[in-house]
Amino acid sequence: MAARVITITSGKGGVGKTTTTANLAVSLGLLGQRVVAIDADIGLRNLDVVMGLENRVVYDLVDAVEGRCRLRQALIRDKRLSELYLLPAAQTRDKTAVSPAQMIDLCHQLRPDFDYVLIDSPAGIEQGFQNAVAGADEVVIITTPEVSAVRDADRIIGLIEAGEKGPAKLIINRIKPEMVRRGDMLDVTDVLEILRVDLLGIVPEDEHIIVSTNKGSPVAHDTAVPAAQAFRNIARRMLGEDVPFMVFDSSGNLLDRLRRLIGPQRKGSE
Amino acid sequence: MSEDQVIIKGTRDGVALTIGEGPWVELVAGLETRLRSTAGFFKGARVLMDVGARTVLQPELEQTAAALARYDMTLVSVISTNAETQAAAREAGLGLVVPQPARPDGEAKTLPFVEGILLRRTLRSGQVARHEGHVAVIGDVNAGAEIIAGGDVIVWGKVRGIVHAGAMGDENAVVCALYLAPMQLRIGPHIARAPEGRPERPLAPEQAFVRDGTIVVEPWTIRD
Repeated sequence: MAARVITITSGKGGVGKTTTTANLAVSLGLLGQRVVAIDADIGLRNLDVVMGLENRVVYDLVDAVEGRCRLRQALIRDKRLSELYLLPAAQTRDKTAVSPAQMIDLCHQLRPDFDYVLIDSPAGIEQGFQNAVAGADEVVIITTPEVSAVRDADRIIGLIEAGEKGPAKLIINRIKPEMVRRGDMLDVTDVLEILRVDLLGIVPEDEHIIVSTNKGSPVAHDTAVPAAQAFRNIARRMLGEDVPFMVFDSSGNLLDRLRRLIGPQRKGSE
Repeated sequence: MSEDQVIIKGTRDGVALTIGEGPWVELVAGLETRLRSTAGFFKGARVLMDVGARTVLQPELEQTAAALARYDMTLVSVISTNAETQAAAREAGLGLVVPQPARPDGEAKTLPFVEGILLRRTLRSGQVARHEGHVAVIGDVNAGAEIIAGGDVIVWGKVRGIVHAGAMGDENAVVCALYLAPMQLRIGPHIARAPEGRPERPLAPEQAFVRDGTIVVEPWTIRD
């Protein structure tokens, strides 16, 4: 069976592409899927760090593409999940080291042996992004509930539409329920009203992410953490399960609840 | 007068320029006047110039190319049935199109028919819809997207981006939308910004037009 190749991208930097890629890879792995995560951010390698595999990198994506090693040799097996692999980016090269055609070819080579190929795209809309989406069957856009991130996501969705990847799906990352409740942050509805694409998941802001990233152990391993639950839900949705979206609305004092009843405060027009 | 002898028409392959009768210098001046009023609408365009049967010499062609270059347009080819003009075009290093003789005469004199296009999708940040006629959108025009229309613009959705109606200088053009919260609104040579802090929900569809030299926005009222 051939793998689904899914690129995770955002336009804007720092919204959580790498964290999401790592955690979806782990979540899919925990669900018994054979997964390879590709770091397409050549020159700014990160995914290996987040997955805790940085000191195992011998060969990288560019080595494999340029024939210095076999593709299999560049794949690093995860520490905990035997069916999860990482294809790291080269750190000493730049985005021009690989062409979109080579990325397409790379994905073709990986398809027969895996269920999912997840590609972590660099920020921006230049060649690095073009490389990352070239071989993809589907594209997942990450945004945070900020006007600038949403604007960039909109741009990316437009670019995806121009190719023939099918409609992009959206993950809204780093939602702060408390701020949404106060009307200080765009909420899910606001973001969807602008972007008008299918929602794949909502991930709450969570300090555990920073801890786990620094430790090189994706938070998805820890079932007790809300963000981990969110990533697992997304993985299950990718597998076709109908998982309801998380609701972050269980607390708040009387005044907050009253305010919610009255309705969210006006946000500046986008 | 000489302006009327110049027809500028956007096509899929670039800009088609049809030059009529009159002294060449005046025609070029007329062309420049027209281009000045189009506010960069044709910027970057490749131009195909139809001069019909008249004799146009090499310096005149070069003068025209220079005039177009001032508006960031490139004269690429000349259409001519005149042997002398054809030779001049070759000398000037321009492409040459010799129309098929089967074509009936006089047909080229008809004015371009200004039609419209309908876009049934959301225009997203970075996307530009450019059309010489009217533009209608069923969907939103998101922040960072642009519509540049020679005629009117109708948006069945929200306008948060930039809309330019009457981009070739027509002050009578209008912009209608279910909700207008554009970054900028331009009609002909006029530019307006939506006031800060617009309410999140529209009260009624709105229409923007030029009155006494300024863009005004009024709710669209259904009259029965």
